[in-house]
Amino acid sequence: MLNTNGTGAEGAMTYPAAQNDLNLQRKKLAHEQAEIRLKKFTRNRASVFGLAVVTLVVLLAVFAPVIAMHDPLTMNTADRLQGISAQHWFGTDNMGRDVFSRVLYGARISLTVGFTVGITSGLLGLIIGLYASTNQVADNILMRICDGLKAIPSTLLAITMMAVLGADIKNVIISLIVVNIPNMARLARSQALVVREQTYIEAMRCLGSSRKRILWAHVVPNILSPMIVQMTFVFASAIITEAALSFLGAGVPAPAPSWGNILKEGKDVIYTAWWMILFPGIFTALTVLGLNLLGDGVRDLMDPRNS
Amino acid sequence: MRQILLVVGGKVMQKFIARRLLSVIPVVFVVSVVIFTLLKMVPGSPAAAMLGDLATADDIAALEAKMGLDRPLVEQYFIWIGNMLHGDFGMSVVGNETVASVVFSHVKPTISLTLYALVIATVIAIPMGMLAARKKGTGADHAATVVSLAGISLPSFLFGLFLMLIFAVKLRIFPVSGYVEMSRGLWPHIRSLTLPAIALGFMNAALMMRMTRSTLLEVLGSDYIRMAKAKGVRNVALVAKHALKNSLVTIITMIGQSAVQMLAGAAVVESLFAIPGLGQLMVNSIGRRDYYVIQAIVLLIALFNVLINIVVDLLYGVADPRVRAA
Repeated sequence: MLNTNGTGAEGAMTYPAAQNDLNLQRKKLAHEQAEIRLKKFTRNRASVFGLAVVTLVVLLAVFAPVIAMHDPLTMNTADRLQGISAQHWFGTDNMGRDVFSRVLYGARISLTVGFTVGITSGLLGLIIGLYASTNQVADNILMRICDGLKAIPSTLLAITMMAVLGADIKNVIISLIVVNIPNMARLARSQALVVREQTYIEAMRCLGSSRKRILWAHVVPNILSPMIVQMTFVFASAIITEAALSFLGAGVPAPAPSWGNILKEGKDVIYTAWWMILFPGIFTALTVLGLNLLGDGVRDLMDPRNS
Repeated sequence: MRQILLVVGGKVMQKFIARRLLSVIPVVFVVSVVIFTLLKMVPGSPAAAMLGDLATADDIAALEAKMGLDRPLVEQYFIWIGNMLHGDFGMSVVGNETVASVVFSHVKPTISLTLYALVIATVIAIPMGMLAARKKGTGADHAATVVSLAGISLPSFLFGLFLMLIFAVKLRIFPVSGYVEMSRGLWPHIRSLTLPAIALGFMNAALMMRMTRSTLLEVLGSDYIRMAKAKGVRNVALVAKHALKNSLVTIITMIGQSAVQMLAGAAVVESLFAIPGLGQLMVNSIGRRDYYVIQAIVLLIALFNVLINIVVDLLYGVADPRVRAA
């Protein structure tokens, strides 16, 4: 029992002040840490370049209707296979459509697919991995399923799923999510198992925190950063796989201006229209490169060994 | 060689091999269930597809009964897996041929292409990775970093298109597409596969280079290497004899995984360069709705993947005694 009179009042008076001081210190520390991190990030030229490229592609995709001078779907047979000009920056394709506009609108498709697949497979993988880390029986079953799915190379599994489901952007997203969940789940599980063995988690358990609270308030925030880094890489690889699927005719169906579709049509006229391959190709490679560099930068930032 | 045999014959190693082989069973089971489920998700009845538009409902029902499609799913699964274990993969919808013979007739080009790509990747990646590790922080290291970043960002079909544009369309050094069989001469065969093999191998070469560099750096920083240096072991011998041996486990894994990834990546590259291998067969089968062929190819490659993983693990055991005991 603590003294409730006299000194207690004094304590009540000093306590908020101390708390304020502590909060202030914490804020200052957090602020300093953020500043160090920002400095570290900007010092790494590769990741700044990655961020710049990704931002640029996102802006181009968002403002595609404003920037593009032509409709990406309007055909104009009189203008087919025109080289680069002031009218058509990236030339025109075999149906007279403006390649620049198609590439810009293609960025929308690629980014939508990549982002959705990255986020969703990350979240589902997190849930599955966490569940597996808490339940022995479920762990055995879920991880065997993951092993089995991982035994089928991801490109092949995606192609097979597309063959069964039919070419459609929604199905591309579903296939790529399924393909990417096993890796995410494995990562979440292994990270969660490491965090759960830490002394502070043990301390929380001794203090009587519920399992649910330990899991969501302590384990999840601590495994989030590797998950986010992995999601960036999945984002990049989903863009590649979507382009490859569309290139094979098993992705986003034809008139849509996906990068893979433009490349596929470009391949048929490779002798005359190099611009149909070069420009969407450069956009695909740069976006993927940007995401990979960004992911590397974020990983280095999160890694305490680098501080 | 004698040393390897001794290790494999040892009791610890035998236990290790047995444990590893048993762990394959659940993986293969899940793979087969996934493929079976996908096959069952195909819209429409395969019997109706086989009989064509003119078939009556009775005909379809009769064929379905004959094919066992009217039985419960679990029973169907066991019939399906039983047939496969007897080498019966069903009939292809094209040309009244069995799936096994169709798939088998497309294996050769894929093996040639994959081996060629694997050789290109290994020959480029391992020496370059070693060089980058030895000369860390110099121009050679930076060049290797740039090449590996380019490799990671350039998917094989895109790199293949760029190669095609430069070396086949503009410079006309290599054919744009097409495949020449080995029976028509080794040189034309290699020439027809060079661009596809580079396209297929580049991404893996980049990954291998990165891995070789980082493992070698880790090993080179260890105490026993400092000891060897102090003893006066020369640079070349230091990397080739002392450091490489301990990076071997990582390098073996990389080569094994690359082989599998290349087999899968061949689907795209073969379609791009019109090579009549498994990949092109699979992509063409999508258009024909020839699901049994797709299923057989996926199963084949998944099994190959499992097999490669076992071999890699066993090689681990040979290369590193610590793995055996674990």
